[in-house]
Amino acid sequence: MSHKAKYIAGKAGLLEKETRKKIDAWVARFPEDQKRSAVIQALIAAQDQNGGWITDELCEAVADYLDLPPVWAFEVASFYSMFHRHETGRHKVNICTNISCWLNGSEELVGHIEKKLGTKLGKTTDDGRITLVVEEECLAACCGAPMMVVDGHYHENLTPEKVDEILDGLE
Amino acid sequence: MSAPADKVKKDAVEMVNIEVDGISMEVPRNSMIIEATDKAGIDVPRFCYHRKLSIAANCRMCLVDVEKAPKPLPACATPVMDGMKVYTQSRRAIDAQHGVMEFLLINHPLDCPICDQGGECELQDLAMGYGRSVSRFTERKRVVKDKNAGPLIQTDMTRCIHCTRCVRFLEEIAGTSEMGGSGRGDNLEIGTCIERSIDSELSGNIIDLCPVGALTNKPFRYSARSWEMRSHRSVAAHDGVGSSLHYHTRRGDIMRAVPAESEMTNETWLSDRDRYSHFGLYSKDRVMAPRIKLDGQWRDVSWEQGVSATAEALGAAREAHGGEQIGFLMSPSCTSEEYYLAAKLARALECENIDYRLREIDFSDHAVRQQYAVFEKKIGEIEHCDAILLVGSNIRHEAPILGHRVRKAWQSGAQISAVNPLNWNFHFDLESAVICAPQQWVSELAKVAKSIENDGRASIPDELKALIPGGEPGAEHQSIAKQLKESEHGLVICGQAAMAHPSASALRQLARWIAKSTGCALNLLPHGANTTGAAHFGALPGEAGLDVRAMLDQARKTYVLWGIEPDFDIANPALAQAALDAADTVIAVASHATPQLESVADVILPLAPIAESDGSFENLDGTTLSFSAAGKVRGEARPGWKILRRIGAVIDAQGFSQVNIAEVQAEMAGEEDRKPGADDSWPKFNKPRSAKGLHRVGETPMYGVDALCRRSDALQATAHADSGFVGLNPKDGKDLGLAHGDKTAVDQGGEAIELEVRLSEEVPQGAAWLRSSTCVSRALGDSFGSINISAGGGAG
Repeated sequence: MSHKAKYIAGKAGLLEKETRKKIDAWVARFPEDQKRSAVIQALIAAQDQNGGWITDELCEAVADYLDLPPVWAFEVASFYSMFHRHETGRHKVNICTNISCWLNGSEELVGHIEKKLGTKLGKTTDDGRITLVVEEECLAACCGAPMMVVDGHYHENLTPEKVDEILDGLE
Repeated sequence: MSAPADKVKKDAVEMVNIEVDGISMEVPRNSMIIEATDKAGIDVPRFCYHRKLSIAANCRMCLVDVEKAPKPLPACATPVMDGMKVYTQSRRAIDAQHGVMEFLLINHPLDCPICDQGGECELQDLAMGYGRSVSRFTERKRVVKDKNAGPLIQTDMTRCIHCTRCVRFLEEIAGTSEMGGSGRGDNLEIGTCIERSIDSELSGNIIDLCPVGALTNKPFRYSARSWEMRSHRSVAAHDGVGSSLHYHTRRGDIMRAVPAESEMTNETWLSDRDRYSHFGLYSKDRVMAPRIKLDGQWRDVSWEQGVSATAEALGAAREAHGGEQIGFLMSPSCTSEEYYLAAKLARALECENIDYRLREIDFSDHAVRQQYAVFEKKIGEIEHCDAILLVGSNIRHEAPILGHRVRKAWQSGAQISAVNPLNWNFHFDLESAVICAPQQWVSELAKVAKSIENDGRASIPDELKALIPGGEPGAEHQSIAKQLKESEHGLVICGQAAMAHPSASALRQLARWIAKSTGCALNLLPHGANTTGAAHFGALPGEAGLDVRAMLDQARKTYVLWGIEPDFDIANPALAQAALDAADTVIAVASHATPQLESVADVILPLAPIAESDGSFENLDGTTLSFSAAGKVRGEARPGWKILRRIGAVIDAQGFSQVNIAEVQAEMAGEEDRKPGADDSWPKFNKPRSAKGLHRVGETPMYGVDALCRRSDALQATAHADSGFVGLNPKDGKDLGLAHGDKTAVDQGGEAIELEVRLSEEVPQGAAWLRSSTCVSRALGDSFGSINISAGGGAG
């Protein structure tokens, strides 16, 4: 029985069974001694478990589960904008504001949505229903501009009416 | 932890010819340009490159001009090629360096006047050479909020230039990966990511590595400027490595310690213990003048009175009861000169009772083979071992630099195993491990020996046979035996926990046989900084003399305590207290005096600590390391050798007429080595008695090894100083009805103390983890021995 050097202990328990299963499936795809490769997917699983955002403790839980220094999990979680380290609403709406969408009127769309929801880009509605995520870059659906991503689903060729319908359909 | 890199077999180094600034040179193929320029003394500016760390090439300061290359190349990450022509001073190189400097200064604050690094800052120096006099950048500079990184390191991360030396050091050298970069792009911040302290035992090195003032020495902060201080080379006095360091002094006061380069010992690093211990020097309880207790009252006296009182007391004791009623208890971290003169003084008093092995209790193999100062694999060679067995050693804390060497061996593919009383967290993986309570230790180690014997190549000597238990060795024992047998450069290390064990002799001799029969080297790692010197110069009991344990069991009339605090530095503080209470006279020569020392002593003479004294150490390798006083002595304190010389002269003993330390050292050079030579015989052991109940694992905490460390506020504020608890295996906790966090009474036959219970799987069943040399352990008995723990309310 070999004893691995331990960086952190006692946190892995925060990961639910379903989350662990997802992480295990990813770990299995990489060489045995390179669990670090699974850290992005493990953090995604942990974020999903927590309803769309990841706490510091869950980052540590992922590190503990993968036998990594906690810093390695924090580095990844803070690097990628699709990890949310602050509490978000129940739904995440990303409106693309990059060049194709911009030329096709995303600015007006953002204005319309901000007015409709009474909140700003980067903020969450008071009832905790929707977070308007600030997009870093093009969301890669220029042919359907203007577009937005709602909880991972793409909605293209948007008009204010279409947006209203989609947003009103969110619980 | 990632797997160690495959061992790269060193082929014969192939050389190539390159030309730098018109100078031809021959350099190894695949080395980097910066290695060639450094060797040739050609200055190339850099921030991120460090020869002991991996190459990051992220600061871009070392850009140089290479012929036929389309753009300037980083010297730290460009391998040399045959016929390469490099220009470090060409227009293109200089322009590139100027450009990089301008970018580096964009976000760097102009707070040099209030920055601790000011005056010794690599950025400041290079900005003088490569920076513009006026900034063209008019936008706002970024600000990074500071986080608390613990009591040792001050962070000012707004000053950080993202060289990542600290990140790479903690990952590659310290093995803890406690720092990293969070965010990205212009939001990148170097730090611990969430607020937590940096706990590596080598953490202070990131202060030296930081090229700017982002990481500075916290307890030293704002106390002195680099140009006000003088540098004195000295030797660290807390473990047997003998790390080289520089003390920086201002008007005679020691302000800080930084490492000095010494490839055979500490390379370019320094452990936190060696770096921060000097903050204990100027604590309030420093002894400033000789003191004599008259009618229960302490009175300051002159040296003349102090020495004559000491000489009279020793002379009278010898007159009345004979020299055998005197006992000399020496700290294991004195200078060799003190050991030499103390041994001489003891013998002049017809006393053979002198010992420095204060934290050990079993000396039954003393007669057969000198069990001290056995260190067959030199410090610098440990990293070349391919198999290492740790017997009772938390090597990371016992000698952080040796821990680093073991980690280096592991990184190049060595298999490390352990037979330990706690599942200590190492910065390397253990291939095999037997973690057992102290009472099972001998039989578990004996099973390793047995599985070597089972292989048929060696047979266990009859003298050790009684130690071998009945059962067959398990898989772990066999795999440890196999690793050692198959190794080319194997090593068995007996650590401080093994040396403090009640059956230390058995452990030592088993380790010796295991090493011998597998062709491995044996290293013993005792407590103290100069145990080799102590053994060499005769600070050991003579033939009729008593060892430290016997001196306390059979209480003497007179004791000389040299540089120790009996309630912290002796394996059994309760026993020491009783013996000292019963004594007629106790003479304490000490740098600091606690109320306990004041209560037992009759005379206290102020001893200059190592940093304020001339002298020499012999490190574990047997290398003599000389040093001279770095700081000015406080009050009336005097170096130990001078005190001994005067006492010797006053009692009219022969050979105490030396005028200076050179004369003492010249005399010592002619001294025969008193360490008995290697002896091939084995001491005879009886079958160990089966022990019931819980046994204490009383390791000495890293920052509790001597009076100085215990008084360093910075070290005592770290997580490593935590000691007010008793650790139990959850199963034992359940049997006793104790839950995590409960309070319970603990005793070893004397006074009971109340401690918090911590349940942990890292503690084996049958063991009670209760550190020694701490404020709570002062009333207890043997650091390794049986212990009573009161059951809690939930006991079944």
